[in-house]
Amino acid sequence: MHSWGTRLLAAATTAAVLLVAACAAASALDAFHVPSVEAQAHVTKINRFHKQINGNDKVTLTFSLSANLESLFTWNTKQVFAFVTAEYETAKNSLNQVSLWDNIIPDKDQANVQVEVKSKYPLIDQGTSLRGKKVQLVLHWHIMPNAGAMIRGKMPLSEFTLPDTYTS
Amino acid sequence: MGFIGDQVESIRSMQVRQVLTQIISLGMIVTSALIIWKGLMVATGSESPVVVVLSGSMEPGFKRGDILFLHMSQDPIRTGEIVVFNIDGREIPIVHRVIKVHERQESGEVDILTKGDNNFGDDRLLYAQGQLWLQKHHIMGRAVGYLPYVGWVTIVMTEKPIIKYLLIGALGLLVITSKE
Repeated sequence: MHSWGTRLLAAATTAAVLLVAACAAASALDAFHVPSVEAQAHVTKINRFHKQINGNDKVTLTFSLSANLESLFTWNTKQVFAFVTAEYETAKNSLNQVSLWDNIIPDKDQANVQVEVKSKYPLIDQGTSLRGKKVQLVLHWHIMPNAGAMIRGKMPLSEFTLPDTYTS
Repeated sequence: MGFIGDQVESIRSMQVRQVLTQIISLGMIVTSALIIWKGLMVATGSESPVVVVLSGSMEPGFKRGDILFLHMSQDPIRTGEIVVFNIDGREIPIVHRVIKVHERQESGEVDILTKGDNNFGDDRLLYAQGQLWLQKHHIMGRAVGYLPYVGWVTIVMTEKPIIKYLLIGALGLLVITSKE
């Protein structure tokens, strides 16, 4: 009745069930965790604003970012992927999201971010609608767990208006 | 004669019955695995609800051998999400993060650009020749859950087929030799 095989199978099944239960419990706990993120960002300089050869507007800009993401970390957090996007609406697109900066935060000690971002990624439009455009900076985060469900969040930071003419 | 014949008859019928039981129990195992897989497909809306990470392009978040649970809802795709996508002419799907989204005003169609967290540049070099954006139909699902290491089982089995055959053989032997 209780052969080697059945015992092994029973042990493996129990282990798998317990692991799944532990993951589910960890994710459930994470879902109740309410983070309080504090962040600010301001565009300090438009470095270059021109139309590319392929016909798309391109902006390189500098912005300062201060963000305290420590509250995102729980005991089940492996890392937090934080990034800032420029978001705006054009006649062609109801939503444009362009990533300007991103950073992998491996632990809580490094979660207080103070940076001066000098165009890590340029802001490139689909077309030529960036002149005089009002653009919103949004901070996003993506919490990656040791095991279980992944959680996303975001926070609008500040708005800026691009110049009415190209710089070069 | 009659006595021996009865004995032979009873042994033969017992074996037939046992073999049938074993075939049925084997069938039950196979079909229940199929039911779980297809049930997951329906529940998640993705044609492959679980994927194994094969490359290090998303390290340190996802390493080779980790598994991701996918979900495909009607929600629009946004930056920061990790999506699994297929490129025309490429067999193996890719798991990367969305870094750009352009959503059309009227049709709601999206143009998406992706990048691996651990890669220096975006994914345009991985896309098909001349392809600048991913569209909705390239996306197989977005990653919602994560489990480390479990995917090594399948990686080992695909790279060392001998282990797979040994395992299948051992399991088959177990099923055949196991008594009630």
